[in-house]
Amino acid sequence: MKKDIILAGVGGQGILSIAAIIGYAALDSGLFVKQAEVHGMSQRGGDVQSHLRISDKEIASDLIPSGKADLIISIEPMESLRYLPMLSDEGWVISNTTPFKNIPDYPDINEIYNIIKSLKRSVLIDADNIAKELQSPKSANMVILGASIPYIGILFEKFEKGINSLFGKKGEELVKLNILALKAGLDAVKN
Amino acid sequence: MQKLVLLGDEAIAQGAIDAGLSGIYAYPGTPSTEITEYVQRSKKANELGIHSQWSANEKTAMEAAIGMSYAGKRAMVCMKHVGLNVAADPFINSAITGANGGLIIVSADDPSMHSSQNEQDSRFLGKFAMLPILEPSNQQEAYDMVHYGFDLSEKLKVPVLMRITTRMAHSRSVIERNTEVRQQNKINIPEDSHQFILLPAIARKRYKKLLQDQVIFEKESADSGFNKYFDGKDKSIGIITSGIAYNYVMENYPERIIPYPLLKITQYPLPERMILKMYEECSELIVIEEGYPLIEENLKGFLELGIKIKGRLDGTLPRDGELNPNIVGIALGFKDQKGPEIPEIVAQRPPALCNGCPHIDSFEALNEAMSKYSAGRVFSDIGCYTLSALPPLKAIYSCVDMGASITMAKGASDAGLIPSVGVIGDSTFTHSGITGLLDCVNEKTPVTIIILDNSTTGMTGGQPSAATGKIENICKGLGVEEEHIRIIKPLKNKTEENIRIINEELEYNGVSVIIPTRECVQTLNKRMREKLKK
Repeated sequence: MKKDIILAGVGGQGILSIAAIIGYAALDSGLFVKQAEVHGMSQRGGDVQSHLRISDKEIASDLIPSGKADLIISIEPMESLRYLPMLSDEGWVISNTTPFKNIPDYPDINEIYNIIKSLKRSVLIDADNIAKELQSPKSANMVILGASIPYIGILFEKFEKGINSLFGKKGEELVKLNILALKAGLDAVKN
Repeated sequence: MQKLVLLGDEAIAQGAIDAGLSGIYAYPGTPSTEITEYVQRSKKANELGIHSQWSANEKTAMEAAIGMSYAGKRAMVCMKHVGLNVAADPFINSAITGANGGLIIVSADDPSMHSSQNEQDSRFLGKFAMLPILEPSNQQEAYDMVHYGFDLSEKLKVPVLMRITTRMAHSRSVIERNTEVRQQNKINIPEDSHQFILLPAIARKRYKKLLQDQVIFEKESADSGFNKYFDGKDKSIGIITSGIAYNYVMENYPERIIPYPLLKITQYPLPERMILKMYEECSELIVIEEGYPLIEENLKGFLELGIKIKGRLDGTLPRDGELNPNIVGIALGFKDQKGPEIPEIVAQRPPALCNGCPHIDSFEALNEAMSKYSAGRVFSDIGCYTLSALPPLKAIYSCVDMGASITMAKGASDAGLIPSVGVIGDSTFTHSGITGLLDCVNEKTPVTIIILDNSTTGMTGGQPSAATGKIENICKGLGVEEEHIRIIKPLKNKTEENIRIINEELEYNGVSVIIPTRECVQTLNKRMREKLKK
């Protein structure tokens, strides 16, 4: 088993929480994990990505080789396209539909959707709306994560445990909301 | 044994705590910041009374660490690669004084300049100082090598440099931790009371000893077990690789079986016998190292005698920028792989100042005030506010090194470019701006210095600033005239007033300091969130 995952978004959107939960779920499943993060200057409203590698064999490189990523999980639609050169022939793109517009020349969003839909394997999901319906607008990243679970190949329960471990200190209510969002994301791709 | 998931930086910090550290000294700088932050957050480190407060800059950090080593205790000092330039004076001299308690300097290089103004390779400064260098390639090695590094430092009686790079610092993996925390050293000043007095007569002796000891350092490199020689059947080429680059080599062989002999360098000086063995049994060599071609240059020499050596110098690998598995794969003769191209429609998303950032209001007022002069008069510095160079603000014309805004404005003013303006952040000012401002005061140079006071070290994640609450008094103490120290509030509704004040000071024929004071929105939000929790 090997899954090389690019997590994409804009600084502050919460890709590191997603990374931490997948990392927890993978370790709890007895897998090896390596995860390269971006800190510093690029975090200020710029594009950010994290390389997350999980495998049943020891992992060598901290960076995913280009053309080898099994998954691009993106909290922002345009950002999902920035890492296409990383994607393998069999790879999936799972992206949120809500654009994050902090630049003057943000392209036509419908064109972005069309490109994502034209990819061999892609899933577009309106995570912000699903999160809002759950009265938990800040959990959009957990909806995206939930939608990615079938493609990651780790049991749902492991992710629940991951959420517990990451948000446990911040209270039961937050844990519950995030697990609901996770479930809603999973259900959205199942249907 | 305990398993932990840690960043490379955190593994170093945990390693130091477990190896009997007494104090860590640092100034924040990407990608090194998380080492010190980890010690600051560690309950164990607090229980043990390990010093972990930020220093004013890398030089003061390095000197304090030398002082702790002098007193017999184990000290670590951490910085980004360009920070080692700031600390270069005490660093180079510490090789001559030697260490007493174990002393490790961690320098985190940033190849490809993700968050830096150059991509210099700290190994060159380590070699220049003639000190042993450790270069771990994964988190476990980083953890283990800190313990070894302290032992090595105490055994050889010299400081040890640990060099890491961005991908080592900011990559997370599982480490096995030794839960037996070693006791800290007791106070024990050096036996030789002259050791730390670098008067010429003493320094000459100490320097000769450092030169003689190089053989011992090299023997340690060959024998410690961290440098590893792996045999391979195919001798048509031998691979020499180091640090994080080793991982990229291995990535290209999914079964982890390399057909060629491979030498993994993790400790310097270079282990001569291992390199000679490879030289003798292979037809050519390829050197794969992250950063500058240090190993390659050492092997190749000026005359290029002997077998062919491939690497960054002959174009087998790019001369600049960080490596990755693909670049290394191509150099090893594999076909490159790539997914679809990035669609043209994808726009650049450069980093930007945050919404509500006080710097935006400061620069908008400054831009307006400067609009009546010709362009190119605003010198700036290292921090979030460097982003004001980009559109829409396009407010500044320089960013060279910590503190250079003030001194460059002075030089330009001396040249006759009046008014000249220096824009510097509060933490950068106390890091390296104070002495430059003193130069201005001593000559009554016509400059306008703007010290952006947001009460934090913003760019690296909001560490406390050594300047908070002190800037006005520091300026007064340096001799800036009180009526030309102007404190303003960078807010939209104060813009008119702020422009008027900046204009008045631009016209003053002497040193003016304007201090726009408003808290960073990031630290403000964080404070508010924590308050709500309570």
